[in-house]
Amino acid sequence: MSSHFEPLDGGGATVALDEVEIAILRSLAVQLLELIGPGDEPAEGADPLAALFAEGPSEPPSDPALARLFPEAYADPEAGTPDDELRAASSEFRRFTENDLRTRKREDALAVVRSLDALTPAGEDGAVLELPADDCLHWLGALNDLRLTIGTRLDVGDEDDNEDLYRLPDSDPRKPMVMAYLWLGALQETLVETLMP
Amino acid sequence: MPVEIERPESAQEAHAVPEPDVPWVTLVHNDPVNLMSYVTYVFQAYFGYSKDKAHKLMLDVHHKGRAVVSSGTREEMERDVQAMHGYGLWATLTQDRG
Repeated sequence: MSSHFEPLDGGGATVALDEVEIAILRSLAVQLLELIGPGDEPAEGADPLAALFAEGPSEPPSDPALARLFPEAYADPEAGTPDDELRAASSEFRRFTENDLRTRKREDALAVVRSLDALTPAGEDGAVLELPADDCLHWLGALNDLRLTIGTRLDVGDEDDNEDLYRLPDSDPRKPMVMAYLWLGALQETLVETLMP
Repeated sequence: MPVEIERPESAQEAHAVPEPDVPWVTLVHNDPVNLMSYVTYVFQAYFGYSKDKAHKLMLDVHHKGRAVVSSGTREEMERDVQAMHGYGLWATLTQDRG
């Protein structure tokens, strides 16, 4: 797994992916969609316009990965436990923003699934993915959300604290996820490079 | 109500210059997952900061644990925090009492 993005002439980016890589990326994107969830969608038969004005949740998610994807807006970690006023402000912010944020994250992950499904594999060598500029931004968002999610699950720490994690024996059940995490990091790093102004 | 999340292509004007009478700031906090290059890219794409300024802010986040990335009214800072969350950065807003 040594894939990397390269810039395309005229905007966008390209990456060669083999069959296994395509399958892993697609599976991770689908798992991300399941984690993010549909949010509060209108019941069947309900006025679809109502969803536009529906309020989001007011409490932070209990799942640590979701809590990282949907942070508290007024909870400065260096200021200690937020008081009632700050908690109320975070709740209100969440009610008015979390649905939009969830929609954006869903669209990013869905864009990844769609671009992978549109690939025509060229035998065992895999396929060459060519992303237009718009899709690059969706991919950038989805790759970051995937790394945040997996990084939270693996309890990734600051630079020097990860030596054990990055040198797990093959028998460790976390090993495949660590490999995926590092691979996604290389993908994201090279995609960012193609987008730098 | 905060406005819709900004996409990078609509880089907006920076609220870079702190004024004494605007008491709210957006803080971006260090986290072990976000790539340094990605954080720099976000500061350039969203705030329209120069590469140098974006890089310096990213280093502040990385080494000091957090950095003030913008300042302005509470509504403006809510918009910036919402945008940072859209990019997956860990951001909060606070009243700047210092």
